[in-house]
Amino acid sequence: MILKRLGISVFVLLAVSLLVFFFTLLLPGDPAQAILGQQATPERLAALREQLDLNAPWYERYLSWLGGLLVGDLGTSAATGGSVNALLASKVSASVVLMAIAAVIAIPVGLLLGTWSAMRRGRAADQGLTGISLVLAALPEFVIGVALTTLLSTTVFRLLPSVTMAAPGTRVWDYPLQLILPTLTLILVVVPYMIRMTRTTMADVLDSGYVEMARLKGLPERQVIFKHALPHAIGPVAQVIAMQLAWLAGGIVVVEFLFRYPGLGQAMVDAVNTRDVQVVQALSMIIAAFYVIVNLLADVVGILANPKLRTESRS
Amino acid sequence: MRRSEQRARAAARANASGANAPRNAPKATGRGSDRATAGRRADDRGGVVPRAVVPRASVDTAITVSHLSVGVAGGELILDDVSFRLHPGRILALVGESGSGKTTAALACMNHLRAGLELRRGTVELHAGASRFHPEAVDLLTLTERGTRGLRGGTIAYVPQDPALSLNGSLRVGEQIAEVLRAHEFGRDARERDARVAEVLTEVGLPSDRAYQRRFPHELSGGQQQRIGIAMAFACRPAVIILDEPTTGLDVATQDLVLKTVYELTTKHDVAGLYITHDLAVVAQVADDVAVMLRGTIVERGAAWDVLHHPEHPYTRTLLDAVPDMAGAREMGGGPAVAPVHSVRAPWDDGRGGDDDAGPSRSRDASTPRGGEAARGRGSGVVVEPRAGTEAGGSDPSRDASEVPAASGPGTAGGDRASVEPVVAVRELWMAYGPAVILDGISMDLPAGRTTMLLGESGSGKTTLSRSVAGLNDRYTGQVLLDGHVLAPGTRQRTREQRQRIQYVFQSPFSSLNPRRSIGDSLQVPLEMNGELSRAQRRAAVADALDAVRLGRSYIDRRPGDLSGGERQRAAVARALVNAPSLLVCDEITSALDVSVQASVIELLRELQRERGLAMLFVTHNIALARHISHRLAVLEHGKLVEYGPTDTVLRDPRHEYTRSLLEHVPTLESAG
Repeated sequence: MILKRLGISVFVLLAVSLLVFFFTLLLPGDPAQAILGQQATPERLAALREQLDLNAPWYERYLSWLGGLLVGDLGTSAATGGSVNALLASKVSASVVLMAIAAVIAIPVGLLLGTWSAMRRGRAADQGLTGISLVLAALPEFVIGVALTTLLSTTVFRLLPSVTMAAPGTRVWDYPLQLILPTLTLILVVVPYMIRMTRTTMADVLDSGYVEMARLKGLPERQVIFKHALPHAIGPVAQVIAMQLAWLAGGIVVVEFLFRYPGLGQAMVDAVNTRDVQVVQALSMIIAAFYVIVNLLADVVGILANPKLRTESRS
Repeated sequence: MRRSEQRARAAARANASGANAPRNAPKATGRGSDRATAGRRADDRGGVVPRAVVPRASVDTAITVSHLSVGVAGGELILDDVSFRLHPGRILALVGESGSGKTTAALACMNHLRAGLELRRGTVELHAGASRFHPEAVDLLTLTERGTRGLRGGTIAYVPQDPALSLNGSLRVGEQIAEVLRAHEFGRDARERDARVAEVLTEVGLPSDRAYQRRFPHELSGGQQQRIGIAMAFACRPAVIILDEPTTGLDVATQDLVLKTVYELTTKHDVAGLYITHDLAVVAQVADDVAVMLRGTIVERGAAWDVLHHPEHPYTRTLLDAVPDMAGAREMGGGPAVAPVHSVRAPWDDGRGGDDDAGPSRSRDASTPRGGEAARGRGSGVVVEPRAGTEAGGSDPSRDASEVPAASGPGTAGGDRASVEPVVAVRELWMAYGPAVILDGISMDLPAGRTTMLLGESGSGKTTLSRSVAGLNDRYTGQVLLDGHVLAPGTRQRTREQRQRIQYVFQSPFSSLNPRRSIGDSLQVPLEMNGELSRAQRRAAVADALDAVRLGRSYIDRRPGDLSGGERQRAAVARALVNAPSLLVCDEITSALDVSVQASVIELLRELQRERGLAMLFVTHNIALARHISHRLAVLEHGKLVEYGPTDTVLRDPRHEYTRSLLEHVPTLESAG
């Protein structure tokens, strides 16, 4: 069963690579022209086209690009002429750090608050939490980011840096303080969904026959929740967490732009501006791969948390 | 020493109950031998579990519930002044329909009120000495959460209604039993608890090895799951056990086994039992005392035998009437059986003979010309027909060769011509999923005005067969003929007229009606599909159908949520009727319903058949209904038709092992003790 999911994932990635390739092909403008500017002579344009391999038929270009992807070579940047790998390495790792911190904090917080809310269903604490999470879920990430900046870094308190300084040769995590605002923004964006979904799922589970039975067996409440209820909520909740993490990969574009954070998102914005097709393709594939992997993980968690699916996959 | 004392007590009890209440012989011996084997098993393992652990009841009463009133928070009463006592070694059956408050009363004995309910008044007293955990008498309803938790599962145990919902799907069954023991600190160490898990599994008749304990609930059958539920409840050797309709949804053989286990364990361990059910036939099998509940109050109580044989309250009599009767001699649901035992004259004889055993529904026949004619038409009577089963996977060649299909028996009037040519015929139906053969060469006839009951356990292929007939399953090979014309396998390839003539009623009225649509809208759908009628005409047709199922046209704008289970199932039948079908396929349509509601639905189907001359295919696992609804009986096992013939013939002379075992285990009122 897990192998089947894996196969589907590979297929999805292949399909995505085709789409990405064709859509970047359709981008307006000629990459050679974009690089050389309006004043370029036809000879130089032709030479650059030759160099970028733009004259070869599309399938040859696709296959050589795909081949490069498979061995980890993302190609050559049209804008800088350097390797895309080198260009993106630091940015990708900066973004991954941001997302990892956000995920590590958001997932347990979301699960615990959601469970807690479900256990106090209908009481003031639950209603308050539901209201707050609804408001937060409704706010777009840039609003949250701007609000946090106003609150913590400019107008009200001046505690944290509002933009990221990344001097050449240093890495973003050398200055942990500047990570706080972007991480907090990401967390506030994804946690409300996790809380709401966990609450709904747990509420259903807590109403179920086996939880009532566990209570009627005289088990301590903690055991009822963590041993009997939570494993049943994990599967559906994992799907939501996956969706949120996948969103992180895309939503990070806005948040990084907001805080001038030198990550994936900024690289994407720059690449589109300079018509750097190779970089756009590479970033699209990285984000797509992240989506697919996160969803695959959620499926695997769902399968492992459900003995019925697990035993089926064994046989 | 101690053990011999117990045996003496058990024997004395058995004798006593035998003396004051005659049990039927086979059951008594069955129980006796079971108890004997259980005793032997316990002896074998005497060294593993110290016998001293078994608590003997030293008190006369374990729990007294007095003046218990429970209501919806801020609303009406669910329980109104309910009182009863539970005695060690005896089972009290609390009988009533869904919604009568019996589960609420039972859960109150565990100080558990479901969300939205509140206690108004009353006490639940656990008597001094009844529990190892509470030496003094205590009112359960005043206990703290912690105190309650200590009693639940250990002193007072609960067996849930539906083990599929109540066992935790993500925990291994052995662990689910072991955790009760751990929570109540049963035994001195893990080794003793492991031994107890294995022992209690043996006590409920399940394998006790490691591999079995490591299974998950979904790897067990329904009956095994329920026995795990019972093992869980008996694990700590409780003083009181509460069983909430534990046999709902099980076939009769499994039900019988579960009931025997319950009876044996309560008597052997001197446990006070509270058994909740809506089925008086089950009461007859296990209970010593009965309390009948109606809308939150106990309307009748007494010893089981007295209540079942001399009911005083009219409601008790209604419940008794609803119990299907294998002999078919008794009326069920306001009408006589359609295929009673040989000696009882068939009810459709009324067109020719005297009228002395006329049922209440008979008068309606006379007033409906078509019904009367149809009734006369069926005058041949099943009893004189030879056993059918010519084409049907007959394992017995002598039967196959000599016999004529039932429908061609000596006939009289026009109605019989319809049954000579079956409305729907099935020929050599075969289907397989990979190597698993689901249907194995099935042939049967479904004549007009007759009901064929299709029996079989789950997985025998009975639903697949009925779905194939209705065109909901198109992957079969073989033929389904309607009036002699071969039908395309799937509904989409069948013509509109063909689709209209075969209608299907689903098992659960709770999921087959769209809760967001009014009954009228749901019933109109099949009419909209054929697109011939105007809006007003459609509404009129729907109203007629609702009248036909005795719901009345006032239901047209109501939603399924406002209706009871029985009313919903009637609405579902009405939906099948709006197209005036020739064949009604009823897939387990009464198995989700209370016994009394089941009786009324059966009555409805019989009347509809008389009025409209419908052919019916009635799929069920409840053989007890056979004589009340079916003219012919077909038994399916592993996709093979192992039994097929007139109901009376099959029931009197079952050829196949499975049919025999079903017949053996049918609970009857006569077994009351």
